[in-house]
Amino acid sequence: MSSIPTELKYTESHEWVKDNGDGTVTVGITDHAQEALGDLVFVELPEIGKQLAVKDACAVVESVKAASDIYSPLAGEVTAANEALDGAPETINDDAYGDGWIFQLKLSEPSQLDNLMDAGGYEQLLADED
Amino acid sequence: MGSRTPLFPEHERLGARIVPFGGWDMPLHYGSQLDEHHAVRQQAGVFDVSHMRPVDIQGADALAFLQRLLANDVAKLKQPGKALYSCMLNADGGVIDDLICYYLGPNRYRAVVNAATADKDLAWMHACIQGASVGINSRDDLAMLAVQGPQARAKAVPLLPEALREPVLALKPFFATEQGDWLVGRTGYTGEDGFEIMLPAAEVLDLWRALLAAGVVPCGLGARDTLRLEAGMNLYGQDMTEEIGPLESGLDWTVAFEPRERDFIGRAALETQQATGELDQFVGLLLTGRGVLRSHQPVLVDDQPVGEVTSGGFSPTLQRSIALARVKPGIGDQCAVEIRGKAVPARVVEPPFVRHGKARIAL
Repeated sequence: MSSIPTELKYTESHEWVKDNGDGTVTVGITDHAQEALGDLVFVELPEIGKQLAVKDACAVVESVKAASDIYSPLAGEVTAANEALDGAPETINDDAYGDGWIFQLKLSEPSQLDNLMDAGGYEQLLADED
Repeated sequence: MGSRTPLFPEHERLGARIVPFGGWDMPLHYGSQLDEHHAVRQQAGVFDVSHMRPVDIQGADALAFLQRLLANDVAKLKQPGKALYSCMLNADGGVIDDLICYYLGPNRYRAVVNAATADKDLAWMHACIQGASVGINSRDDLAMLAVQGPQARAKAVPLLPEALREPVLALKPFFATEQGDWLVGRTGYTGEDGFEIMLPAAEVLDLWRALLAAGVVPCGLGARDTLRLEAGMNLYGQDMTEEIGPLESGLDWTVAFEPRERDFIGRAALETQQATGELDQFVGLLLTGRGVLRSHQPVLVDDQPVGEVTSGGFSPTLQRSIALARVKPGIGDQCAVEIRGKAVPARVVEPPFVRHGKARIAL
């Protein structure tokens, strides 16, 4: 059973979103997503300063098996990207909710956070997918 | 639901991720495909390859039948136990399947064919008999394990039936020895030393468990694919197909044009290809830019398409992305591969990429 921290928000495309409380969020992929992808071997990060709309494909993670797009959960500007993943993409497998974060966004509309699923909603989504 | 090998419950018990493959439910990995890959390069791993199909070909005309059926020449097999890799071609020179053919004794051969193509292969073989004195027997009663890696000999041989141990230790590469319904060949699909073991399905569970108890790592289809790619070995259906024949998939060396009078199926078509066409070449690629090579990505020179990746992926041993690709002849050693709309630089290299745990190309 994959882990779903209750303090995070979630998307249908298996990203997690952490509200940093200062108008920015941190984004990564869920434990379920990393497990489904298998060992990750490459990450293409978004460019800092890039403006993203909701559901824009903005990063790519590639596992031994396949490439998978990462979608921006919310609208905003990319303020940070996890460069450490360049040399160590497996960090996402090891610590999807921590050191395996992918990028940070400064939100253009912080109220959009309410549109995302909470842990209970995401758990239900996974149950429905099975 | 697909077909299941006798070890399916074991795979589930070990927590394998099960995927459909060629009509079978097979383990992709048991947790980490990368760990399994490294285990085979550095120690020993075992693959359940019971989905592959052994086919016995016997009878007074077996040799003549196989000399017509296969692009490689089984007459090269003089010593019992010797094996040979070959394509089985259609009349147009396309590949129906690739296989290993063992010479077991006078008038007695065994071919091992791919799972996804087994039924098609058998139908083709039967259609090719045409009154010859040949019996074709699909050995669905057998299971098959591949034990691969530098420690495969040390770990697997003591677990074999006693009568097989000495003959197996004496095997040279690409030879096999049999004992009853057991057949052990020093063959594989990883670029490492090791064995492929065919045995009665009822006995495979004991051997599998004994191998695991001896520290041999269970490995799935995922590692099998990255290992064979590093070893520069072709995968049927990707690198060669019914449309793309051996001369354009790096398998020239498996086609025996000598003796000239041997009229194997597909020969005329291949000779026409040689005489008329500028044949594409089959090469290895090492990605020097960032990304991962995948099958069907276009290969570019000066922004113009010159071919495509047929098998691509990440090489766990080299920590780089590598591929097999079919390209126009004479493209030189620099190219690019189109990955998500971007031209990423790559270098043309000669496979294999890795053998016996060591890099065989400059990085």
